[in-house]
Amino acid sequence: MSVSPAINPVEPFLRTERMPHIWCPGCGIGTTVNCFSRALVDSKLPLDKVAVVSGIGCTGRVAGYVKLDSFHTTHGRAIPFATGLKLANPSLNVVVYSGDGDLIAIGGNHFIHAARRNVDIKVICVNNFIYGMTGGQVAPTTPLGATATTSPYGCFEAPFNLPFLAESSGAVYVARWTAYHVRHIAHSMVEAFKKKGFAFIEILAPCPTLYQRRNKLGDGLETMRYYKQHSVIKNGASTRELKLDLKGEITVGKFVDIERPTLQDAMDQRYREVLKESYCGRGGA
Amino acid sequence: MPEAPPAAKSRKFRGRVFINWDRCKGCGFCIEFCPPKVLKFSDKFNNHGYHPPILENEPACTGCDLCGLYCPDFAIFGIREAVSAGVPAGADVPASPAAAA
Ligand code: SF4
Ligand code: SF4
Ligand code: SF4
Repeated sequence: MSVSPAINPVEPFLRTERMPHIWCPGCGIGTTVNCFSRALVDSKLPLDKVAVVSGIGCTGRVAGYVKLDSFHTTHGRAIPFATGLKLANPSLNVVVYSGDGDLIAIGGNHFIHAARRNVDIKVICVNNFIYGMTGGQVAPTTPLGATATTSPYGCFEAPFNLPFLAESSGAVYVARWTAYHVRHIAHSMVEAFKKKGFAFIEILAPCPTLYQRRNKLGDGLETMRYYKQHSVIKNGASTRELKLDLKGEITVGKFVDIERPTLQDAMDQRYREVLKESYCGRGGA
Repeated sequence: MPEAPPAAKSRKFRGRVFINWDRCKGCGFCIEFCPPKVLKFSDKFNNHGYHPPILENEPACTGCDLCGLYCPDFAIFGIREAVSAGVPAGADVPASPAAAA
């Protein structure tokens, strides 16, 4: 046994004293954190200017595990907290890292309005199709026919198509990958960090303990193999047409990459027009 | 241990892989998605009762770090080093002093 100076590239971004983490064997959340760490390195962002905000849930734990300024908000409120953080401290790169239940169900209203206003935050949504931490309840992302603790006969509510929701609400960058697509995820994160405005990345990830087990979809590894076999990359595809069901083809790729004024820019411009010289700008500038 | 493939011999670098034995939860992602199939499950258990990966075909490792990207438990990673660099590779190397604690 030899001790090497080589360290895991994710290690400098972790609060190692909290390892091992609580995520189950074969859970995909940790995989996305690797991608996030590589993206932070590649994008060369100054780390004291990066803040991670999470809500509640298994993915919400990311805020507690990363060695960056971070905040673990109440359920569904990651986006409003992040909005305030960005407006009050415009030089920060604010990343919201949370799950589908937190961002799209409990915090769904915040999600659409932050996209509409084009708040300059990056939203990473790990979608495991179910409420994980709270016990496997049905979520607005649960596919038709899938079983959850609160849909024992199979889900009969149509799920959200998250990239379509994000685009139609006004997001300037929208991508979807699965936890299998590690290099694509890291690349998309780098692109999103460069983007001014509301950027959204959905990452489908296995939750072997609840979603996969209840739906007899095997373990984490089997789900990763499934993602590999069934994902079809269609960059630029119309978000309305994206495929994602309980079983079958999954459309992944980058779908939206546009420019439009952020909330801050629009506010500055408007106030300058109306108030002229008496507008002192943000941050006392 | 199998012979290194011819391509590996002419490379200016070699891959090395580091495994943090007790952090692994045995998901198998690294084993499945390692392109040259360097890894396999150990027969042994770690402290938490999981079977971590061991090196089956180390000379084939390209140091691509895909294992590091996939591992949800931050328990493995690969690096590239110049072939002249010394230390022999091996499993069960702490990824960092902090991780060994
Ligand atoms: S319950 Fe599901 S999402 Fe939560 S840690 Fe376990 S596998 Fe991951
Ligand atoms: S670094 Fe690449 S080649 Fe080496 S073990 Fe890891 S995945 Fe396999
Ligand atoms: S990917 Fe990580 S946790 Fe999974 S078997 Fe490999 S080393 Fe263990």
